[in-house]
Amino acid sequence: MLSTCKPARLASRRDALRLMGAATAGCALPVVRVTPLAATPTDMRTAIEKVTGGATVGVGRVQLEIPPLVENGNTVPCTVTVESPMTPRDHVRAIHVVTEKNPQPNVISCRLGPRAGRATISTRCRLSDTQSVVAIAEMSDGSFWSGSVSVIITLGACLEDLI
Amino acid sequence: MARALINVPPKAKRGEVITIRSLISHPMETGFRYSTTGAQLPRDIITTFVATYNGEEILRADLFPAMSANPFITFTTVATESGTIELAWRGDNGFAASEQAQIIVE
Repeated sequence: MLSTCKPARLASRRDALRLMGAATAGCALPVVRVTPLAATPTDMRTAIEKVTGGATVGVGRVQLEIPPLVENGNTVPCTVTVESPMTPRDHVRAIHVVTEKNPQPNVISCRLGPRAGRATISTRCRLSDTQSVVAIAEMSDGSFWSGSVSVIITLGACLEDLI
Repeated sequence: MARALINVPPKAKRGEVITIRSLISHPMETGFRYSTTGAQLPRDIITTFVATYNGEEILRADLFPAMSANPFITFTTVATESGTIELAWRGDNGFAASEQAQIIVE
């Protein structure tokens, strides 16, 4: 979608100032592509439904570890642990991590099996804003379980200096 | 070839759960940022990560722009037999990298 640059439509005053700065720096900037800068919780719900196929998601069995207060949203350590014996009969089939306010809700989707031994995945993600993060586990019996964490971000991702 | 670091214990007991850590250098450009001229920087991310143990797939992950630059992924597997653990990354613009490690199971 192409539209003219209207600072009022941008996410924050900082973005507006940056774009104005870029414009006054001598760059003709008549047109700016405006993409949604944050997914709404509706997007998160849609992403969860896409993963689960509309099945109900129970709360529990999934532990999501993220520090409650993060200084830099560009690298946020995050660990998902699911309570499961990880036997061929009863194991975790997939782990998904989704966020509430990132431009796109998905972070990572892992498929694993009884060969994993333990249902633990650890990685580093980007968080654009103070928000809640949800981890969803798909079990071998077809049930879905979730765990969520609220994270406070001091400096969000996507706001670093332009190159 | 992107620089990849993987950490696999060289020796393990049969049936032991081992932890594998992987790190690969990649900018993971999200596609949501703008350059100083106002142009949108195109997305350039790793989209798939696959781990195989002697050719058998043990983990497959889809990565999204919300992964940090230089993706770091830690996971576990059961040491079943001596052999090779291979990790492979694929991404936008034909990006492909892989790294192997040997493990001896006693």
